[in-house]
Formats: sequence, structure tokens, C-alpha cells
Amino acid sequence: MSGASAMVRDGVRQAMAWLHGWTGLLLGYVLFVMCLAGTLSVFKPEIGRWMRPEVTAQADSKSAIVAATGWLSKNAPGSTGWYLTAPDGRANTVEASYDQGSDYLYRALDPVTGAPVARETLGGEFFYRLHFELEIPYPWGRLLASLAAMVMLVALVTGIIAHKRIFKDFFTFRPAKGQRSWLDGHNATGVLAMPFHLMITFTGLLTLASLNMPWPISAGYGDKVMEMYEALAPGSVTRPAAGKPASLAPIAPMLTAAERAFGGGHVGRVYVFNPGDAASVVTVYQSDADTIGYMRGQASFDGTTGRLLKSWVERRPAMRTYQVAYGLHMARFAPMATRWLYVLGGAMLTLAISTGMVLWIAKRRERQPLSIGNRILERLNVGVITGVPLGAVAYFIANRLLPIGMAGRPDAEVSVALWTAAAAVLAGLALRPAIGWPLMMGLLAFACALAAVLGPVWSTEPVLLAGNLLFLAMAGALALIVRRQMRRRNAPTPARRRMREQPA
Amino acid sequence: MTKAAALRARSGWRYRGNVALRTLAGTVGAYAVAALAAMLLARTLPMGRLEAVTVATMFSYLFAPAVTVWAFLARGPWVALGGVIVLSALLAGLVWTSGGFA
Repeated sequence: MSGASAMVRDGVRQAMAWLHGWTGLLLGYVLFVMCLAGTLSVFKPEIGRWMRPEVTAQADSKSAIVAATGWLSKNAPGSTGWYLTAPDGRANTVEASYDQGSDYLYRALDPVTGAPVARETLGGEFFYRLHFELEIPYPWGRLLASLAAMVMLVALVTGIIAHKRIFKDFFTFRPAKGQRSWLDGHNATGVLAMPFHLMITFTGLLTLASLNMPWPISAGYGDKVMEMYEALAPGSVTRPAAGKPASLAPIAPMLTAAERAFGGGHVGRVYVFNPGDAASVVTVYQSDADTIGYMRGQASFDGTTGRLLKSWVERRPAMRTYQVAYGLHMARFAPMATRWLYVLGGAMLTLAISTGMVLWIAKRRERQPLSIGNRILERLNVGVITGVPLGAVAYFIANRLLPIGMAGRPDAEVSVALWTAAAAVLAGLALRPAIGWPLMMGLLAFACALAAVLGPVWSTEPVLLAGNLLFLAMAGALALIVRRQMRRRNAPTPARRRMREQPA
Repeated sequence: MTKAAALRARSGWRYRGNVALRTLAGTVGAYAVAALAAMLLARTLPMGRLEAVTVATMFSYLFAPAVTVWAFLARGPWVALGGVIVLSALLAGLVWTSGGFA
């Protein structure tokens, strides 16, 4: 190989490594929050069950929807829409969003009585929303999430190009060697699940396409965007309210008719538009657990007569491709084993991001004393990487400690999570990293153990048991890491050791 | 000065200007190229309107990172910025003739 081409190649790698570092740094913390919340969202239904332990009743999806609409007919007839998600083998409550007066409510409804469950909580919905809205009002949260995903895509591509020996590095781990160890860890978590990382970032961008890439839509439809939404879901019906009150026809026959229209598919979501009005519409969506494709079938009914207005099962190749891409991101199709692969992939991406952030500092520290900016980053790393998980665990603890029936309980749980994370970031900034890391990780281990104990730890209900065991496993793993850190604090640091071994 | 040498000399206004121009080309420029290319595809792909829009949207996420990477590999910062501007103008012209701005 000629020297010139080797130089060009090294230049390319160097440029890409530079770009990889800066793009990763730019929105690294946002991506860390998104990846952690997204990973947790894979188990959204199970999180909901852990957080509503009093609900033990089970009902099939159709009778649960009948119970929910029954309760809502009496308690929220004036709403402009009820948006219901039926339980399946995983969730056991009906998820309901609806407006009442000026408030928009999110509630879990008992599958048998249809009434809201006593322990009011957002459950896994908090992590799900956090994943792409970041607790920032519409549309800014989603736009920031889109920007972070685009940056992520660039970081992934540049990371691949910058990589010299992608296969060899894959089997390389040099523990307790400072920067090298962090690099090996970053490479392992980044490279091992690279197809997953690329898939999840690309499909994630796609889920927010109408916000982050509206231009092809405007090229195709101009200002008639409603036409696009109608073409997107031809089984949906939108029509204005008549202004005359009327009551809903029985829901159960509509659900059965919808399942027939889906060719035997299951009921997933049921949207009731203008439920107390003469022009009400009931739209039934096929369950996303049926196929990989997201929102495959819809059937719409006249609410007052129960007559089928329109139904649709997607067969257009381009739209199937889009739905499969969307569904791959949502992972609602995934059976148990695949779901764990998603969690593993998400955890590795979260770790790749956090090791990348630590690596930024480790690399610069070994070269020369850290600048003031990098010293702040070093401390922010401690606060964010331990603080965000700490906030998440505090959310679970608050779920057990806040009194049932307290006003604004779901929001209070979220506040506990956010304030805990904020306090942790401040603590990370205030403490020397050598103390901050073990202290905060110890605190996280303690919080995990506390959540398991409050579970309560003696519960034998499968979802509670699994959740508690996971909390205990995390507590144990973190405790081991802290012990290692404490032990190493007294041993010579890698930098000093190397200086001793190779005198200049 | 080669790009490798330019990146090695990581100081001074020359270097900062280099990075700033490439960043401009690789962010705003990359997005503009991706958006315009997707608009063109949405107008011209031989399939139904919704399908063309959907396929175009999916492709846009492949165009954008490609342009970003290219902006940092181009021979010089002005080549990066100029290339992105010329490409955007060309695409915009094609979108305009295909009626995408109507």
C-alpha cells in the first residue's frame, strides 16, 4: 500500500474519530436519558403491573374494553375522545386517555369493574413519554429527541469508519488500564450490538418523521395534510360532532366485527370519538402484538348504531415496509426472548453512551491536566450517569411510599423522580469524582435494594417477584463495582503504574 | 494543506473557521440536502402518492448522515460548504420543476 493512500486513510479515520467524539459529547446526556428510558419502555406493561400490585383481576381484551367503556359512559360522557388500550397477556389494566373538562387524564382502568385503580400512577407511561418527549412541552421535546437521534446516527456511522480493527477489538478487553479499558468497553458495547443500534436509531427517527422530516409530506400533499392521514389509515373515520346527545351502542359486537375484519387479528386499541354525541365514531385498531407491522388494521363503526363504516388491513408494500420499521422500534410484537434481546441491545447502547462520555475525560486526563470545561464534564458524568437511574428508581420507591388516594399522585411520583435526578446531578457537581462515583453508585445500589424490599420482597406474584429480583440483582452488581472502586482507590492508578514501568 | 494536517494543527482561527464551515455544511447543509432529495423523491417515485412520500421519508435518514460525513472528509471547508450549496440548489431546482413547492 502506498504511503500516500495510507495517509489519506489515516486522515479519514482521524477526522471521523474527531467527529464521533464531538457529536457524542454534544447530546450525549440527552441520548443517555433517551436510551435508558427507551430500554425501560420495552417492559412498559410489566412496569405497570409492578406499580399497580392491587390489581390482580384478569380479563380478556374485549370484556375489559366493554367494562372500561361502561365506566367512562357514566363518568366521562362529555369527553371529546376516549383512547383505550386493551390489556393482553402482559398488561392487565385498560390504559385510558381522555379529556374531562379542561384536563387531559391518563388512567389505568380495572379490567373487570372498568373503574380507575386506587393506586394512581403513570406506570411505564412515564418512561415511554420521557423516551421521546424528555419532559419538554410539545413539539420541542420531540424535536430535541429527533435532533439527538440524528446526532446518534452520525455518531454511529463515524464510529464505524473511525474503527481500525472492528473484528479484533471485539475480542479485546484490557481491564484496569484506564483509558484503554474504557475504550475496550465502549467498543464492545458499541460494536457487539451495532446492527441493533443502527436499527433502533433509524426507526426511532421514523416514528417522529412528521415532525423532523415534514418536507416530503408537504411536497406530496401541500397544505392538505389531512388527506395524507386519511390515506395512511383508510379504516379511520373523522367527522365533526353533531351537537345532539346520544348514547353508545353496545361495544362488544363492534369488537367482534372488527376482529372478523382483521381476519382473526386481536383487538389492540379502541378510540371512541365524541362518545356522548349522535355522530360518535368507534375505531378499533388491531393489536400490535399480532404482527411486527405497527397499526396493521383498523375498523370504524358508527357509535350510535354499531354499523361498520370502514375497515382496512394494510397490504401496500411501501406502507408495510414503513409499518414494519415502526413496529421494530416499538417492539410490541416481541415475544419474551426477543424482548430480552431488545433490553440487552438498549442496555448496551446506554452503556456505550456512558462509557463514551467517560472515555472523553479519560483520554484527555492522560494527556494533560483537565481544562476547567472538562473538569465540569467529568463531574457532570458522575451526576448524570448515576443520577438518571437514581431518579428512575426513586420513581418506583415513590410509587410504594406516597399515600393511596393522595391528590395529584401520578404527578407527585414524577416530581420525585425528576427532583431526585436533579439533586443527584448537583451532588455530582459538588463532590470530587473520586468520592462522587462510589458514593452515588452506592446510593443507587441502596435505592435498588429499597425498591425491592418495598416490592414487597416476599411477594410471589410473578411480575412483582421478577421486578424485585431485578432490583436486587442491580443492587448486588452496583455494590460489587463500588467495592472494586474503593479497593482501587488505595492502589496505584494506571497512569502512575505505567510511568513506573516505562521510565522516560 | 491536507485535511489530515489541518486537523493536526488544532488551534488558531484558521482551524476554527475550518471546523465552523464544515459543521455548517454537515448540519444545516446535510439536513437541507436530505429534505430536498426526499421532496424530489416524493414527487417523482413511480408509485402512489402516500407510498412515494413514505419511501422518500425513509431514504432521507440515509442521505443526511452521508452528507454530514462527506462534509468532514471533503478536500477543504469551502469545498464542503460549496458542494452542499450547489447540491441543494440543484435539488431545489428539480423539486421546483416537479411542482414540489406548490
